[in-house]
Amino acid sequence: MSILTVKNLKLQFGGLLAVNDLSFTVEKNTISSIIGPNGAGKTSVFNMITGFYRPTSGEIELDGTSLINNKPSQITKLGMARTFQNLRLFPNLSALDNVKSGMHCRTKEAVWGALFHTKSQKEEERLIEEVAQECIDFVGVRKYMKRSAKNLPYGAQRYLEIARALATKPKILLLDEPAAGLNFEEKQYLIQLIRRIRDEFNITVLMIEHDMGLIKEISENITVIDYGCKIAEGTPDEVLKNEKVIEAYLGKEDVI
Amino acid sequence: MDVFLQIFFDGLVMGAFYSLIALGYTMVYGIIKLLNFAHGDFYMLGAFIGYALLSFITGDGGLNAGLLGIGAVFIITMIIVGLAGIGVERIAYRPLLTAPRLSILITAIGVSLSLEYASMIGWGASYKVYPIKLSKNGLEIIGAQISFAQIGLIVLSALLMLGLRLFIEKTIYGKAMRAIALDQSACSLMGINVYRIISLTFFIGAFLAAGAGIMSGVYYGTINFMMGFIIGLKAFTAAVLGGIGNITGAMIGGLVLGLVESYGTYYLGGSWKDVLAFGILILFLVFKPTGILGAKEMERM
Amino acid sequence: MKKYKKHSLLLLVIVMFILPLLLDIYWLDVLTLVLFYVVLTQGLNIVVGYTGLLDLGYAAFFAVGAYTTAILMTTFHWSFWLTLPVAALFAAVAGIIVGTPTLRLRSDYLAIVTLGFGEIVRILAINLDITGSSSGIYGIPRPTIGSYVLSSQQDFYYLILIVAIISVLVVYRLGHSRIGRAWVYIREDEDAAEAMGINRIRLKLLSYATGAVIGSLAGSIFAVKMSAIAPLSFSFLQSVMILLAVVLGGLGSIPGVVIGAALVIVLPEVLRGAEDWRYLIFGVALVIMMIFRPQGILPKKYETEDRSDLDEKEETNDKDHSMSV
Ligand SMILES: Nc1ncnc2c1ncn2[C@@H]1O[C@H](COP(=O)(O)OP(=O)(O)O)[C@@H](O)[C@H]1O
Ligand SMILES: [Mg+2]
Repeated sequence: MSILTVKNLKLQFGGLLAVNDLSFTVEKNTISSIIGPNGAGKTSVFNMITGFYRPTSGEIELDGTSLINNKPSQITKLGMARTFQNLRLFPNLSALDNVKSGMHCRTKEAVWGALFHTKSQKEEERLIEEVAQECIDFVGVRKYMKRSAKNLPYGAQRYLEIARALATKPKILLLDEPAAGLNFEEKQYLIQLIRRIRDEFNITVLMIEHDMGLIKEISENITVIDYGCKIAEGTPDEVLKNEKVIEAYLGKEDVI
Repeated sequence: MDVFLQIFFDGLVMGAFYSLIALGYTMVYGIIKLLNFAHGDFYMLGAFIGYALLSFITGDGGLNAGLLGIGAVFIITMIIVGLAGIGVERIAYRPLLTAPRLSILITAIGVSLSLEYASMIGWGASYKVYPIKLSKNGLEIIGAQISFAQIGLIVLSALLMLGLRLFIEKTIYGKAMRAIALDQSACSLMGINVYRIISLTFFIGAFLAAGAGIMSGVYYGTINFMMGFIIGLKAFTAAVLGGIGNITGAMIGGLVLGLVESYGTYYLGGSWKDVLAFGILILFLVFKPTGILGAKEMERM
Repeated sequence: MKKYKKHSLLLLVIVMFILPLLLDIYWLDVLTLVLFYVVLTQGLNIVVGYTGLLDLGYAAFFAVGAYTTAILMTTFHWSFWLTLPVAALFAAVAGIIVGTPTLRLRSDYLAIVTLGFGEIVRILAINLDITGSSSGIYGIPRPTIGSYVLSSQQDFYYLILIVAIISVLVVYRLGHSRIGRAWVYIREDEDAAEAMGINRIRLKLLSYATGAVIGSLAGSIFAVKMSAIAPLSFSFLQSVMILLAVVLGGLGSIPGVVIGAALVIVLPEVLRGAEDWRYLIFGVALVIMMIFRPQGILPKKYETEDRSDLDEKEETNDKDHSMSV
């Protein structure tokens, strides 16, 4: 069963066709990857799926619901969460407060509750705190919980961003180059983390990644794009043998 | 017809002032993406320093300064204010170039207050009468009066703008400015002294605004320490109208705004003039933030 | 720690209630003005401090409150208390009207647009008949509670004191709620906030509206305290002074902002004789503050842990946070 379907997606920036007629599907409960050289249009695809860019044309469906013309916040509420290629934490806020943001779309108390500290408001606050702490524990950054996000070590910031995304209780999680800047041990930890996200929470994971080792280890499905077009897809073994893929990478002397 | 043309000339003069000030806004914005709230105050500073110098050379008795003297005052004033522009940039803005936007905007407000009230302390809060007055002589064109003074101001403004255009297109500094507007870090890698070019931009912006300041003092006859505030907003409107960051746009935007205001004042009454300008500003920012000449921006949701 | 804080706050409130018995009429008036500023700055604190939207026309909401109350009480002979909700409603609507077109604008454009709106409101007040043109509205009746007429300096001091306490409480509670956190998320990183499911448009409007309502409350009381109002009180300079107090005290910090309000009002009184220098000093102060201490006198603390046990830990990382989505 597919959870995310992208059909004939196209994105134009002035004269530049960043994404061209791209179609792919993501199966429920899988860990899939999008790979491709720098500037291939991977992040742009994520930005369209999550509602930050409006596609020039094409269709995106999450669990059968069209996402076109939805605001990013609505899409998150529908069950999609994301991280950013360049970390986008709330730099001055504590790690805990960062993660609490994810619960915003799963809670509903407004001004009235806040002003009068109603019973339901207090309960909700407790719930937010609880979920946030759970997510913090899950990614293993509890010891930094009270520290400003910007003062966390780099690796912890990456995990924190994942915790924040998990707090939105997504069906599918989009990770944009989650391993970028991590050292070997941190990458191993990340691999475990991504597995656990899928296995323990039944969350589908779609990620953009450059680290082939990491991809080979956890990815069940790979879509390769180059110049905005899909040039291959399949299991890691199939894809990495593909002529076009080798050419796309070697031809550009990009680091694999 | 004669009234229509008369309003046109008045609007043109006003518009020329707006254009000259708008240029500074647009250039500074183009290069460091800073909205220099204090920019209108360089116009005020120009008017006051020009006033001081003119009073000095004409003496108290109202001696005729002669065209040469007036010309010298013009240039000296513009240079002094240009240097003040560099000073403001060095002291207030440079330490904050990488700070959050909010900080630098608040700083700009602080600079504006400082310049205004320093002038108030220096020259007093009341209106000052300019030491030279322009003669009312002029031409009649299809029933409308246009004075030689008006023609002179329009020509002078046009010359300044032409000079700026040539400077930006033909000189190495102009090229550097355009390059920095595109990509600041690439420019420093290429060995361009980015800070020097930023200083130069502030100099030119303040220089032109000061020119407009003296001209308006001469033209309208009175000046006041708050004169830069509203006109600064108007000039900003003009810059937005033409597409902020766009030099030709600022010139056109200024003229368009001057004309719109001139006709608006005639048909709606003077008290609504400012509402008209701000209304235009808001409409443009909301519906066409890139202005008349601006490029189309990526659509975001 | 927390308990100690509560006690000292209680003490402060008690002192504030006793003060009128000790102060002469002049200082009571200054203190009343400080309290007006406390209300105004708390309102603006929501917009600028929490949500990070630079509003340069905040005095407009002060004006909406003052004029609504003044017009309803003079022309329509309403009771003061009934004008409060109406003024608040008008202010909220005005806040949304200012907010809606500015939502997508970058912060500097937003500043200019709010400034423009502020000027438009002032020009409207000068030009409309119903607002009494440039001379304003005078002869605004005194408010009554039962048969007691609030008329003395002290009455108004207590009235604004109560409203100031309420607004501090409101801003504090909102700040420590789901809504308040969402505002701060938007300030920290709009796109990330939106990605976390926060509808930035709705929350920004709520921020404007809430700030506007608090500002209008100060305006309503201002109208009955002065019994005459004129456009001059709602100028750009007024907006700047309110902003200055917020910035000086510490954006987003409630006690900081209260201190800022006190400074902005009391300092010129202490510096009497240097009247002309006042705005110059404030202008320079803004610049110096932004360069050397942008977080304000009493900054808001976000880290709940002692800084001292952080320093010895791993080197922090300075990767660039600015990026494009
Ligand atoms: N907001 C934007 N405006 C203009 N061009 C963009 C924008 N975002 C991305 N691009 C362009 O689209 C292309 C694809 O970029 P991106 O999706 O970031 O690539 P990738 O993530 O695969 O490295 C690049 O050429 C990039 O310059
Ligand atoms: Mg990318």
